[in-house]
Amino acid sequence: MAKVWIPPLMRSLTDGQQIVEAEGESVRELVAALEERFPGVAERIIDEGRIRPGWTVAVDGAVQNRGLRAAVGPDSEVHFVPAMTGGRTGGRSALPQ
Amino acid sequence: MAGTKQNGTGKLAANGQNGYKVIGTRPVRPDGVDKVTGRAVYAADVQMTGLLHGFVLRSPHAHANIRSIDTSKAEALPGVRAVVTAADLPVAEDKIEDLGEGAINLKYLSDNILAHEKALYHGHAVAAVAAVNPHIAQEAAELIEVDYEPLPPVMTVDDALADDAPILLDTLRTDSMGEIGTEKSNLASFFRHQRGDLDAGFADAHLVVDRTYRTETVHQGYIEPHAATALYSADGQIIIWTSTQGSFAVRGQVCEILQIPVSRLKVVPTEIGGGFGGKINVYVEPVAVLLSRKAGHEPVKVVMSRADVLAATGPTSGSNVRVKIGVDANGKISAALAELYYEAGAYPGSPVGAAANVSLAPYAIDNLQVDGYDIVVNRPRSAAYRAPGGTNVAFAVESVVDELAEKLGMDPAEFRVLNGAKENDRRPDGLQYARIGQIETVEAIRDSEHYQSSLEGKYRGRGIASGYWNNWGGQSSATAVLNPDGTVNLNEASTDIGGTRASIAMQLAEAMDIEYEQVKARVVDTDTVSYNDVTGGSRTTFATGLAAYNLGQQLVKEMKDRLADQWDVGAGDVSYEDGVFSAGGESLPFVEAAGLVQREEPLMASSTVHPQDFGPGFSTQCVDVEVDPETGKITILRYTIAQDVGKAIHPSYVEGQMQGGVAQGIGWAINEEYIYDDEGHLLNASLLDYRMPTALDLPMIETILVEVPHPAHPYGVRGVGEVNIVPPAGAIANAVYNATGVRMDKLPISPANLLEAMWAREAEPAELVPGDD
Repeated sequence: MAKVWIPPLMRSLTDGQQIVEAEGESVRELVAALEERFPGVAERIIDEGRIRPGWTVAVDGAVQNRGLRAAVGPDSEVHFVPAMTGGRTGGRSALPQ
Repeated sequence: MAGTKQNGTGKLAANGQNGYKVIGTRPVRPDGVDKVTGRAVYAADVQMTGLLHGFVLRSPHAHANIRSIDTSKAEALPGVRAVVTAADLPVAEDKIEDLGEGAINLKYLSDNILAHEKALYHGHAVAAVAAVNPHIAQEAAELIEVDYEPLPPVMTVDDALADDAPILLDTLRTDSMGEIGTEKSNLASFFRHQRGDLDAGFADAHLVVDRTYRTETVHQGYIEPHAATALYSADGQIIIWTSTQGSFAVRGQVCEILQIPVSRLKVVPTEIGGGFGGKINVYVEPVAVLLSRKAGHEPVKVVMSRADVLAATGPTSGSNVRVKIGVDANGKISAALAELYYEAGAYPGSPVGAAANVSLAPYAIDNLQVDGYDIVVNRPRSAAYRAPGGTNVAFAVESVVDELAEKLGMDPAEFRVLNGAKENDRRPDGLQYARIGQIETVEAIRDSEHYQSSLEGKYRGRGIASGYWNNWGGQSSATAVLNPDGTVNLNEASTDIGGTRASIAMQLAEAMDIEYEQVKARVVDTDTVSYNDVTGGSRTTFATGLAAYNLGQQLVKEMKDRLADQWDVGAGDVSYEDGVFSAGGESLPFVEAAGLVQREEPLMASSTVHPQDFGPGFSTQCVDVEVDPETGKITILRYTIAQDVGKAIHPSYVEGQMQGGVAQGIGWAINEEYIYDDEGHLLNASLLDYRMPTALDLPMIETILVEVPHPAHPYGVRGVGEVNIVPPAGAIANAVYNATGVRMDKLPISPANLLEAMWAREAEPAELVPGDD
């Protein structure tokens, strides 16, 4: 199963766990699996059907252009992190999903 | 060591390296002749029949409600063709959109172009005039009557977060990764990176250093002011000629602000006189479009003055940064905490997210926490500046690291080698590194003649520091047309700031095994190629270069296929080596083949890329300084930079990027700052008073290119444009400490700030000053 690193500000939803294992072949499926176990997670990650503006997802060390549609392997490591682009960076910016 | 090092300017082999024929050489840039002869067309040079001139009226207050604006007297002045205010802008939604340059609230974007109900910084645009000449436009603007209700200015992080702080933006609520606050606040967002057990890490520490640092607002300092000309034709088609780092970013922002479809706007990029991140946001472009429409579809040019540039375009954030690092008795870092408070300016969007990643990135740390705060204040909306946010936090971290090494009795380079991040270690946000070259850059400095040399003299000191930058991939598009004479027209849309027409053309030439001079590279407008992200994030030579590589592969393959058809052999039977196609008994040089394969059908190729796997960059730097104890003036005696550059496509331009980043970092470290009075008025909006370094202030900056090829690029390219500005402030602060015994906790280390700190230290109990004999 993929290992999902839970952002610190969301760990209150995962009983303080930093890393959670979840099943899914895409980021969207992973988030759905997390939501079943930890209600409220999806709302924090997804906004209007996409990764929340200002955030992005990285799978196995690479930021994913495909966002929620990005593929996830059985041994993948998944992070949700603040997005950084060439121009504006930080909490209010996002890579195109 | 896996990488190769080349020390100093001009010391690379003349004909490339590692089997390359073009890559690694130093050809002349295609825009060179036009630039040295004055023929290059910059944005302010644009001329056309019937051209009108715009002038922007700006707020004299840092924070004020706008009760009313009366433009009647300005409109009545002879020669005036149009006057616009925020009332001429479409109503913008309070909604966040991605515009390629990053996500932005559309209302904030619109409000920054022309203030609606509130002026939020000294210099905020409130109205604009178009007239038959610039003088009448300015005179008319001065006739516009704006009724302001001044409000208390909020100028710093501390002001903004005070319990009774005036609120800048009534609708702003703190966003903590999707958890939205319920109260009005100047804190736009908060985030945290955290792993391991911080408390246990500090409890186990043999030594802990905990310090807080302050840095001031600084500007990118590009020499060419912003300028744009717009023509809003009677048929609704619009053209903008402008100086920008991203023509598509301009198109996206202007179309969003003016609510027009992208198909009606063409953006033509002119040559650019520097940007460094500051020419991504639009300022005068939408204003010029509005004026052109209102003036009866005449073209309108708006050129900023230097004072406008400094007061009203995005500088980078001032900040408060706390860093606490613990180490065990052997010097190994056991825990680290960084708290980053960044001033976003008038609207959310400081570079604190990037800064958090830069913060502790050079080090392998198991127990770590980084908190980031994005805070609005009554200063111009911040913009990107070369490794946005990195210099602030690296000044803090590298100062603490230096203090730890000193207290442990360790050489500061050895401390960095011991704790250096390497492949499979994690950066602050938790992602694992692929192959990186941080330790190699430290070793390059440690082993350099500079670091090994002795530094004699009172009030002289040496310092080192490391830095990281994430780099970026982004989207690029390019086309290539094969000409019958064997040349190739390369059309791409990445603004060429630092010689990228050359570095991209070189990759196409290498991929096609032809001479660099056979490639004619040009930067085209938004109607000519597909979407292209900005020249920023150190991405252009990497990503647009990748597109060029793909173009070369496509063209050569198609030429082989067509020659196979001509020669009546199998498609796989044609080989191409050393610029000659051959199959069986047939052979043909590239130049002749280019004509033959196009007798029946022309040949061109297109490529679009969006690479995800972009390698980060690291740099370690060493500086010697001398401090005048009477004036506090710092003289930079010697400076050496080592940087992990992946593969240097054009070594001269890589060295130029490294030297340029260091030069800017030196200015940031020892002189540059925005100075405001108590009412929030900017007092130093000129280059006489905003002191940037000149050639007379700098020594020759020595470069060491550490080549650790990026595994995900065919030529090993990493971005090289930004990481070089991250370490200078930290390195200089450490050198100043070794020269004077004073550890500076704020930037700039200006004569006044340094003298004050030295006098404060003299008032303390006597202690050996390291610079004393």
